[in-house]
Amino acid sequence: MSEPEHSPDHALAVETVGLTMRFGAFTALDNASLKFKPGTFHALLGENGAGKSTLVKCMMGFYRPTDGQMMIDGREVDIPDPRAAHALGLGMVYQHFTLVPSLTAAENLVISREDAPTIINWRAEREKLDAFMKTMPFKVPLEQPVNRLAAGEKQKLELLKQLYLGRKFLILDEPTSVLTPAEADELLGMVRGMTQSGALTAVMITHKFREVSAFADDVSVLRRGVHVGSGRVGDYTHADLAAMMIGEKTIQQSAERRGEAGEAILSVSNALAPDRSGLKTIDIESLKVRAGEIVGIAGVSGNGQMELMEILTGQRPLTGGRIEVEGRPYHASRREARNLKVRYLPEEPLRNACAPKMSVAENIAFRTFDIDRAGKPRFWLDKTAMTARGRELVDAFKVKTASIDSEIASLSGGNVQRAVLARELTGEVDLLIISNPCFGLDFSAIAEIRARIVAARNSGTAVLLISEDLDEILELSDRILVMAEGRLVYETTAAAADTNEIGAHMTGHE
Amino acid sequence: MSADITAETPAKGTSLQLGHILRRAEPIIISLIAMLAGLALFGLFLLAVGKSPITFYELVYKAGFGSAFSWQNTLSRAAPLLLSALCVALPARLGLVVIGGEGAIVLGGVAAGAAGMYLPGLPGAIGIAAMMIAAAIAGGAWIGAVGAMRHYRGVNETISSLLMAYIAIALMNHLVEGPLRDPASLNKPSTAPIEAAYRIGEMPFLGTHWGLGLGVLACIACWVLIDRTSWGFAARIAGGNTRAAEVQGLPVGRLVIGFTALGGALAGLAGMMEVAAVHGSANASLAAGYGYTGILIAFLARHNPLAIIPVALLLAGFEASSGLVQRRLDLPDATVLVLQGFVFITILLSETAYGRFKLFRPDEWRRK
Repeated sequence: MSEPEHSPDHALAVETVGLTMRFGAFTALDNASLKFKPGTFHALLGENGAGKSTLVKCMMGFYRPTDGQMMIDGREVDIPDPRAAHALGLGMVYQHFTLVPSLTAAENLVISREDAPTIINWRAEREKLDAFMKTMPFKVPLEQPVNRLAAGEKQKLELLKQLYLGRKFLILDEPTSVLTPAEADELLGMVRGMTQSGALTAVMITHKFREVSAFADDVSVLRRGVHVGSGRVGDYTHADLAAMMIGEKTIQQSAERRGEAGEAILSVSNALAPDRSGLKTIDIESLKVRAGEIVGIAGVSGNGQMELMEILTGQRPLTGGRIEVEGRPYHASRREARNLKVRYLPEEPLRNACAPKMSVAENIAFRTFDIDRAGKPRFWLDKTAMTARGRELVDAFKVKTASIDSEIASLSGGNVQRAVLARELTGEVDLLIISNPCFGLDFSAIAEIRARIVAARNSGTAVLLISEDLDEILELSDRILVMAEGRLVYETTAAAADTNEIGAHMTGHE
Repeated sequence: MSADITAETPAKGTSLQLGHILRRAEPIIISLIAMLAGLALFGLFLLAVGKSPITFYELVYKAGFGSAFSWQNTLSRAAPLLLSALCVALPARLGLVVIGGEGAIVLGGVAAGAAGMYLPGLPGAIGIAAMMIAAAIAGGAWIGAVGAMRHYRGVNETISSLLMAYIAIALMNHLVEGPLRDPASLNKPSTAPIEAAYRIGEMPFLGTHWGLGLGVLACIACWVLIDRTSWGFAARIAGGNTRAAEVQGLPVGRLVIGFTALGGALAGLAGMMEVAAVHGSANASLAAGYGYTGILIAFLARHNPLAIIPVALLLAGFEASSGLVQRRLDLPDATVLVLQGFVFITILLSETAYGRFKLFRPDEWRRK
């Protein structure tokens, strides 16, 4: 049995002092000093990879910070693990649900307690729960299995669970990303009510400026691991916040660009498809990519980019609209992709573009194993040619592997991506569709891969680049589109790109 | 990672070859050790019931492999096992675990019996061909349906194939006891005995029927299909990573249905051989558990069709010995099933051993 918890009875004041977190040579969080005043609702803003998650993981004891301290109510505390954070009254609500779907809300609450007894006296627990619910300003049906609750109810229950566990400082990690706007408003209204009554201090990680201005008292912004500012929400306009988040971007063009854009190669019109949750619709009114240009699609993660990639690779059927490549209807079949010379670089290549247990040579042969040199379909494999071609491309693209017979899963991330590039960029390519090509890669690999993308553009390939990394979009694109809530909401040329404007559209505010 | 991105570390030809051999050896050595461990565990089980494991394995050897007669027995049992193991191994290359080959065997047998009954008087070769086609269609449709349900509706293929095997056995019982029953079959309801011209004879010298030849040929053909053709390569991509196969525009659905149907068709042929070479008519003896032993064989062979041939012979020998073991050691005939169970569990456990031994990872030797 764990020691009894001494839960505090008031909203906590939490402060980080010079919190720093390094992963190897990479500094994810650099000397961050933030103050969360008791009984306030504090919003934490930042781009992907700005260090928000790292900060809250350090606070919750998932990471041991490299340097710096945490203070609670003015006293220095040590948080070696999440259990210690819980004992101090710190809790977290995640973007995705952590409830047991087949159990009722009441059962979920009781088993989440650290001191839950081995044999549960349900009658006594119910009485205690009812007493607890009377003190709560909102209700959740306690007898329903959680899987029958709507998303908003589940998220309310997550919140309720934290309160039931006696947490007085709560971190909410994008709590509304799976909720409808009405559900989101209700949930955040509750959090605000709890903070105003002095029962709770809350910190919310979010990308949505609307939620910040409607509900939060204070706001802090992180950029590239650095705390760039904090203050009252009322003191900032959305434009100020976007500027703080995105900062001064120095646009570095990676390689020399040559040639003018030509004919439209890819054209998508009025394409409709349901998104992952099935609740929202991806609606691409018009998207054109011309030969010899890179079109970048920027956006905050989860605004439909993944679904757009699936639409273009034929994994997500359209419910309306059409996709054309070089003026011909395109459904991403193997024959169409081959005839129209369409190639793909999906994100996380090992997961989406490779068979991990097949060899490097075999993975490189995915495009060509079923045709001969003249491009005619073949039934028998030519293993000798496959090996020879594998060798050739491994050399040409500098894939570092012990042997071309090694499983591709044994390669490093950069080398897997190089092998996939070797496969997809060899031969004539008219249209290249790319999603987050540099996730998790080191600098040398990133530079090389971006150079190859620009080289393909220079040779007349139409490139569609979907990326959550705005720097990458700015560096590579000729034309930039912004995707938000499943739509393309803004377009600009790279030359005229204003990062503040882009940032505002990414976060849903013009 | 360093900025130096030299390709393939130059290595001596011999060590590359050694690496190749070691990579190939990993599944063989791990499977062998796992099987020996299973046999040893079963030995402990025998000790626990007061029997000598040494006598037991001696008897198994004698009854399965010790004489020309025992070989004959083993080989004729191996015939359906080869085909039913392929019904597991082919879908497995697409990442599907199909365990209901038994259903395809019994339906193939019934279809063959019915074809023999309703198409009398044809020349032998044509009659046999008709029976084979009927059996292949019945088995192929049955297991192909499992693949189709999996692909279009996301139905778990393991459960559906197993449950469909029970339906198939019930269907066979209904047919041989009802519409297809030969009134002359009194104690054991059967279809009418097929004509002598439709019977399948023995292979020269081996003393066993041609089903064995068909099984071995099918194993070789399946190996060629998987290892040497573009269809097999496409199936391996889809089995290795469905998302990658979709991005490559490969027809994943057609591959899934095609491979499951092919596996089912081969299992159906096993049933046809049982009818045309062994029983002479379709009856409840078709449900002899070959489909289930086939699962064990396919897993032991790591779904490699060529490896199925020796493994099927070994398991057929175990099964052939069950009578002698029963008589000499006074053990129930289910003892061989217990043995198979032990081996199956150690084989499944051995999956966790892959990649753990540096011996088989020559790539990692140099990285220090």
